[in-house]
Amino acid sequence: MSDRRAEIDQALDAPQPAIPVPRGPVPLTPPRLARPSVEIKIDGKSVSVAEGSTILDATKQLDIDTPTLCFIESLTPVNVCRVCVVELEGSRTLVPACSRKVEPNMSILTDSERVRLSRRLVLEFLASSVDLSTAPAMQEYMERYGAHPERFGTVCATLAQPVKIDNDLYVRDYGKCVLCYKCVEACGVDAQNTFAIAVAGRGFSAHIATEFDVPLPDSACVYCGNCIGVCPTGALMFKSEYDMRQAGTWDETRQTQTDTICPYCGVGCELTVHEQEGRIVRVTSPLHHSVTHGNLCIKGRFGWQFVQIQPAGQKD
Amino acid sequence: MDLHLTSAQSTAEERAAVDAELGPPDSSWQGGQRQASDTRAAFNDDQRVPRHRILPVLHSLQNRVGWISTGALNYVAVRMDLPPAEIYGVASFYGMFSLQPRPPVVAHVCDDIACFARGSDKLCTELEHRLGSAGSTCSGGRATWLRSQCLGLCERAPAMLVRSAGTQSHEGVLAPASAEAVHFLMNDAVAGRMPAEPDSFSIHTSVPQAATKDAAGQLRLLQRLSRSSSGHLEEYLRFDGYEGLRKSLDLGPEDTLRQLSASRLLGRGGAAFPTAKKWEALFLQRYLLREDSPRAHYVVCNADESEPGTFKDRILMEGDPFAVLEGMTIAAFVTGAKQGYIYLRGEYPLAAKRMQLAIDSAIQSRFLGNNIVGRGLNFNIEIRRGAGAYICGEETALFNSIEGFRGEPRNKPPFPTQSGLFRQPTAVNNVETLVNVPNIIREGGATYARLGTQDSTGTRLFCLCGHVARPGVYETAMGMTLRQLIDLAGGIAGGKTLQAVLLGGAAGAFVSPHELDTPLTFEGTRAIGATLGSGVVMLFDSTVDLRLILLRIASFFRHETCGQCVPCRVGVVRQQESLQRLTKAKPLGSTTEEIAVLREMAQAMRDASICGLGQTAASALESALRRWSLFS
Repeated sequence: MSDRRAEIDQALDAPQPAIPVPRGPVPLTPPRLARPSVEIKIDGKSVSVAEGSTILDATKQLDIDTPTLCFIESLTPVNVCRVCVVELEGSRTLVPACSRKVEPNMSILTDSERVRLSRRLVLEFLASSVDLSTAPAMQEYMERYGAHPERFGTVCATLAQPVKIDNDLYVRDYGKCVLCYKCVEACGVDAQNTFAIAVAGRGFSAHIATEFDVPLPDSACVYCGNCIGVCPTGALMFKSEYDMRQAGTWDETRQTQTDTICPYCGVGCELTVHEQEGRIVRVTSPLHHSVTHGNLCIKGRFGWQFVQIQPAGQKD
Repeated sequence: MDLHLTSAQSTAEERAAVDAELGPPDSSWQGGQRQASDTRAAFNDDQRVPRHRILPVLHSLQNRVGWISTGALNYVAVRMDLPPAEIYGVASFYGMFSLQPRPPVVAHVCDDIACFARGSDKLCTELEHRLGSAGSTCSGGRATWLRSQCLGLCERAPAMLVRSAGTQSHEGVLAPASAEAVHFLMNDAVAGRMPAEPDSFSIHTSVPQAATKDAAGQLRLLQRLSRSSSGHLEEYLRFDGYEGLRKSLDLGPEDTLRQLSASRLLGRGGAAFPTAKKWEALFLQRYLLREDSPRAHYVVCNADESEPGTFKDRILMEGDPFAVLEGMTIAAFVTGAKQGYIYLRGEYPLAAKRMQLAIDSAIQSRFLGNNIVGRGLNFNIEIRRGAGAYICGEETALFNSIEGFRGEPRNKPPFPTQSGLFRQPTAVNNVETLVNVPNIIREGGATYARLGTQDSTGTRLFCLCGHVARPGVYETAMGMTLRQLIDLAGGIAGGKTLQAVLLGGAAGAFVSPHELDTPLTFEGTRAIGATLGSGVVMLFDSTVDLRLILLRIASFFRHETCGQCVPCRVGVVRQQESLQRLTKAKPLGSTTEEIAVLREMAQAMRDASICGLGQTAASALESALRRWSLFS
């Protein structure tokens, strides 16, 4: 111990080098204090969860699959889709599991008649107004809750509209938009701080828009594609994926995913390269990666064409 | 921040409109002329225009130019250092702002339920003949007319509001309106001949109860107004004005709260929450309010009265504006707030004018500002005008609107008393609730609680409209039956038979003529599955097709939902579509099946929506389905 002390004293007395070097051992992250836990009841089962967790966290602990749409770990919950609602004893209305924090002695039902009805209706409302064909998780939930969107008839108001293709990198098909606010959050303070898009209009005509709905190239968009990364329904899609889907060649069963590090700068973002038939078709980043949290920049997201440009006359 | 703007340029007039609200720009960085010193300028966050100025700025643009262009939006973005997409999101949320070119003179003609009962459909048809269909230009392209949601002038239905943009912008109300008078007023507005006063306030037409001598003596909330409705401070002081505040200052905040608690006053905005509890929550947090802490408390007066059929708050603000200020000042004294806001409905020009005049003269006479009545209390009040969004009457949507965001409700908890305006503890109260406060403090809470019933104390204002002989605001002690109230207002208009009464507005419930002996209390209405809501009592005689009323209510919600949460955004649309089919007798499947779907939708909206709008969007419909078989 005294040796170590002398070593440090010596280090402190040593003349300052021109380039500062860290003195002493590199500090480690202090151990995280164990959060006090809260006892709650879910579907009759007692569960102990950390204070400050949400009901969704608690249901995950019990392996209960709660449907979510507007929720993603990396963004602030906006609790607008209401597909995750659960019944909380003593509450007049159902509460959103994704954002409601646990309180001691809460008693929650996740599969009651009321919960099932609301979830079913929310899914029916969505499926009758937007195209959920590229949101496979929603199809599963619709089956689970017995949703029949066709019962609202064929002449009901929908968000069907032409696809917006105004740049070479990604397309915006707002006929598939469920207004989950994720892209706005990712474009704003939760990730990118570009603020190219916001929710505009009101009511059923509320929609995601640039200012005055100008095309993306005229807006503040920097093409980081982080909005595509969080879109749950495929309303925002790589142009490469969109073109292949149009041509009928998109086939995820024939795709491989390779994790690699972005070659462009020193940040070290992890990329997941999706490849089909020897061509890169899409690039994502793992949500739980400590560097990216799923976010990339234009280079990492879209700048891979050089990989597949081949000099004329050369074969694979 | 590093803003990316489109190439659209603002006009000199647009810049003048923005500068009129924000003052001239300091440098070229804020959109001014380039000067040599600009290259050496440094800015920090304190020098930014706070985001909450956005609504006044947009109002200024709309009032001056008549619409908000891309160029104007770019200038606002530069002046306020905000991304244009965000500003567009805010501007496009509100019904009053036009983002397309529009003539400077716009007549908003109400076709909502109360006006519908009084012939607004006939008025609109005549206007279509005279001026062309709604939205088409007339008067040489300088004017247009639009159908509108309830304008809160239901006692004088059918009503219209004309707004004229320009260097001197004007607003004027016409009620009751005829097609000829509307056309005349529009031409006057185009020629710049608008009357100086936006509306004339008349006790006889708006508060008929106050005009009769014997009843006037028993009035409490309306008493001062029945004696003098000039809105002058001298008159207010002559009739016990500011006595409540003086007594409150003598009692101290704790005893003031005790009196309020003893009065058992429940909020009059619709949710009926105990007022004392709200204030107590802030009172208990006062010890955290240090001089140097960024923590603040706010008092907000919710004057965004937009529930169809409701106009009592407008009458109070027009006829007795100081009572609202006094109530807020007492609230500030108890809660420790230094700043108050009145979020005043955009469609109420006279109320806005009179409230502003009242604030100005209260400041001059030391009833607002620093060291109020020489007793060391500091409190200021600012008026924020809404811009045509019913949802902003929801308290958390109202906060977002004041803060300069889209008026979308927040999830609760946290409640306003924990995290309200600017995420600080906030007491938000309805106009009528606040007007009750000075009386309660002056006479003592126990005396007040002797009025009314055990669970519903005090008096209550009711807005009688529709097919009633003498429409207007009526004040009665809680506990009077619906029948007595209707009799007080002269019964059914034209001696016809009563078909239905809508209690509590579009978010309320229908009751049938068999239920007229229900006492008008919180517990009495609850017992028959209805609500007092905001005090609407709208009568419909047997000539009315109730299906059309239900359809109009459904259209109202379809128009006014903010669109944030799925059950409400899509639910109100599906509900309206379903009602349309039922009204045309073309249901999907059988009528029973269609109604079963409607009921399921109603439950999902009530259970899963974020705020009260979605939760009550089906309540009037459900109450009607329970009482009558309208569609078989």
